[in-house]
Amino acid sequence: MHEMGIVIHLAKTLDELAEEHHITRIGSVTLSVGEVSGIVNDLFIDAWEYFKKKHPILSDSELRMEVIPAVTHCDGCGEDYETVAHGKICPHCGSKETWLIQGNECIIKEIEAETAPEEEDPAVDGSDS
Amino acid sequence: MKVIELKETITASNDRDAEVLRESLRQQGTLLINLMASPGAGKTTMLDRTIRDLGGAYRIGVMEADIDSDVDAVKLAALGVTAVQAHTDGMCHMDAGMTRTALEELAAEGGHDLVFLENVGNLICPAEFDTGAGKNVMILSVPEGDDKPLKYPLMFTKSNVLLISKTDTISVFDFDFEKCEERARKLNPDIEIFRVSAKTGDGMDAWEAWLKDAIANWKASGATAEGAVKEDSHA
Repeated sequence: MHEMGIVIHLAKTLDELAEEHHITRIGSVTLSVGEVSGIVNDLFIDAWEYFKKKHPILSDSELRMEVIPAVTHCDGCGEDYETVAHGKICPHCGSKETWLIQGNECIIKEIEAETAPEEEDPAVDGSDS
Repeated sequence: MKVIELKETITASNDRDAEVLRESLRQQGTLLINLMASPGAGKTTMLDRTIRDLGGAYRIGVMEADIDSDVDAVKLAALGVTAVQAHTDGMCHMDAGMTRTALEELAAEGGHDLVFLENVGNLICPAEFDTGAGKNVMILSVPEGDDKPLKYPLMFTKSNVLLISKTDTISVFDFDFEKCEERARKLNPDIEIFRVSAKTGDGMDAWEAWLKDAIANWKASGATAEGAVKEDSHA
């Protein structure tokens, strides 16, 4: 259920981008997903496959998911370690004074897209990116 | 086909919606409280008691997203508040768009000083989606255990207030208040914590005092923002 909700928001964000960049078709979407973000990749892909049929610009686009490894920093000894293997307790010094540096993200990294030729607009002088 | 680099969070469109909604509520002087908790934590009982205690001093609205809730709209109407059912379309959470729709339904009944959104009973998903609320309040009831901050850290990080509820049951549960509060503050040093029992009324006055201050501050911030906009337009 959770994955479906996130896919709906992803599609909405992509629709907004499509309008902004004059995109006519999206070939692929690459996400960077943290290892401990709480997203189950398989469920996410299922939700995406179901949902993309309802969005014309996404109908034949591919979803790619890159994993951002979870890393925790220890304030006790200053070392970093793998979160998934060791959890809250630092494997170097046993301290519980630790916090997650990365691994909780859910980011749209990039998309491959076809864009419509820019419309003639005398107000645009080309200085806009 | 060209590659467009984005580096934008997936919920960016919701975050933008929520920000717009929050500012519009600020201008209207309506404090929206997003109330989150597990099923059975006592969201409804807490609302009922809080609304009774506040008396008729505020115009209050309630939006129910929890489909299993036993809140009776008629019972709430008797307390002088308006209540609407918010539709999550089967989702595990409310987002800014759904909140806006429910608010529009509520606003047909007139302006409000305070609106409670009773979010879906769940400690995970509601924390991930900004509803546009001015304040996030969560309830953790004594029977659920003092280890919940360790298991659902995001919820504690996103909440402005933690209500530790059902304190009247403490004698039969192994719940360590200090440990729980320490765990919550480690995740969120600014979190306000109140120990309350909606049943006996214990501790409710501190929470309700916070709520009154929050309403006053919210209205003041809206008035300041409005003043700033007006000043700006003269410049």
